Amino acid sequence: MSANPNQQNIAESLTQVPSEFRYLIKGDRKQRIMASMVVVVMVAFYLLGLYVLEINPLRIITGLGELGKIVWLMLPPDPETWERAIRLLFSLIETISIAFLGTLLAAIIAFPLGFLAARNIVSLRLPQFMMRRGLDSIRGIDTLIWALIWINVVGLGPFAGVLAIMCSDIGSFGKLFSEAIEAADRKPVEGVKSAGGSHLDTIRLGIIPQILPVMLSQVLYYFESNTRSATIIGIVGAGGIGLYLAEQIRTLEWQQASFSILLILIAVALIDALSSRIRFAIIGGQQQ
Amino acid sequence: MTTHIISPVESQIAPLRDAYREAIAQKRLKLATGIVILIVATLAASWGAEVDLATLWNKIGNFTNYFNRLFFLDNGQRVWTDLPEWFWGLKKWGKQLAETILMAYVATLTGAIAAFFLCFSAARNIAPSSTLMFTVRRGLEFCRTVPEIVFALIFVVAFGLGAMAGVLAIAIHTMGALGKLFSEVVENIDLKPVEGTRASGGTWAQQVRFGAVPQVLSNFVSYALLRFEINVRGAAVMGFVGAGGIGQDLIEAIRKFYYSDVSAILLLIILAVMIIDALTEKLRHHLLGDVSS
Repeated sequence: MSANPNQQNIAESLTQVPSEFRYLIKGDRKQRIMASMVVVVMVAFYLLGLYVLEINPLRIITGLGELGKIVWLMLPPDPETWERAIRLLFSLIETISIAFLGTLLAAIIAFPLGFLAARNIVSLRLPQFMMRRGLDSIRGIDTLIWALIWINVVGLGPFAGVLAIMCSDIGSFGKLFSEAIEAADRKPVEGVKSAGGSHLDTIRLGIIPQILPVMLSQVLYYFESNTRSATIIGIVGAGGIGLYLAEQIRTLEWQQASFSILLILIAVALIDALSSRIRFAIIGGQQQ
Repeated sequence: MTTHIISPVESQIAPLRDAYREAIAQKRLKLATGIVILIVATLAASWGAEVDLATLWNKIGNFTNYFNRLFFLDNGQRVWTDLPEWFWGLKKWGKQLAETILMAYVATLTGAIAAFFLCFSAARNIAPSSTLMFTVRRGLEFCRTVPEIVFALIFVVAFGLGAMAGVLAIAIHTMGALGKLFSEVVENIDLKPVEGTRASGGTWAQQVRFGAVPQVLSNFVSYALLRFEINVRGAAVMGFVGAGGIGQDLIEAIRKFYYSDVSAILLLIILAVMIIDALTEKLRHHLLGDVSS
């Protein structure tokens, strides 16, 4: 586009900004400098990371070639024998069982802990704070690490998986529950208190009816995500379909591996659909 | 002065009382059905997961014992009596922990940038074509449903052992997870700036750049920070399958029963996660606060 005189006029008038608006542009410039500095630092860290972790285009390209070969070998997904397919299906049932029991146990244990970590239930700050930090540190340990620890205690197998999922979820549930309790309306509590209820009565009649639907929907949501976690704890030997998947990948049985992955995807999709339905029913029932 | 409460006659109360009883009975029936279903599902699941309460009962002692052992040094002393001995490998572990955090950082940034470029074509309100939207959505769904450690297992075979496989695995999973969240943010934007850009002749890319991006950027950064914290935890276990980070030493310590090492490494991981948690939360509050002001 050629610059016509009109545009030049506009450009000229723009340079003559009235002094009362100068600060706007100055502030903008300051922000821009700050933003570009942040970007420079981030990029520097990124490049440092690529260097330290030995990531370079050559390795990526050769690796992608290998990956292409693997994907080609994976198709079509095929368990090869019916016996294997049935075994995989059973291990899938095992996986879902692990997720279900782990979530249920975690919810039951975290229920009282959530109250102990809530600011409006425990008036002493120190125990409440310690409870919160304790739950936080449980949450900081990954499910796979818990699985390894439990394998040392109860031996290889799905039971270790149940306990691992339970442990890592106690932390999450405890935190979520206590937040839900802190967000509860105070009025029903005051109502129960004014009618002569004890501290326990205020919790039972004032708080629990408010938070139960919230808790249930959170538990269901975690059940979904735990189905995903349960598929992988087999990698360290804690039962479920991950055990077979890891073995298939290590022995380079790619068609079987892709069949297992397909089964996992289907199972996760089914559980998602089911639990979102139940969740919807619970929330819908709440609104009536 | 006294007040009298006139109690209604029985014939008036009866229908109300019956209705109340019926409502309560219905509620109880619902609850009972729920409990029965729950119990049946629990029994079925414990059959499926081979839960053996006898084993648990016999071995529950092992659990407390195990945790107790975690806090003993090899020489039989409590760990906190000799900190240098407890954290003897601090230099090595610190380096690995730094590598783990760096892995999480590189993976989060890569995944977030990829998600940024994909999310606009996955958002219902501004996607350029519905076929593209469908393809991108299914692709993102696949990336986030396959667990990252499964990607890592496959990538270790393709790219060789080391941190690169782990970084790529986390990056792909992050792309899937953030892509969904980002596109949901984009679906909630105000469309007027986009329309304005289109009305003054902007291309699709310009509509996104000047109409959508300024509205969503702070939310994107906030989600990416949240993801960073999750990814640090994820990167800590990548070493279990040989994909780099501190997990390699941890799994070795657990498998070989180096008790005090296990507790030392776990403490380091927990500490790192907590610090990052606190930092990112502060940054996110700062960021979202800036927007509202």
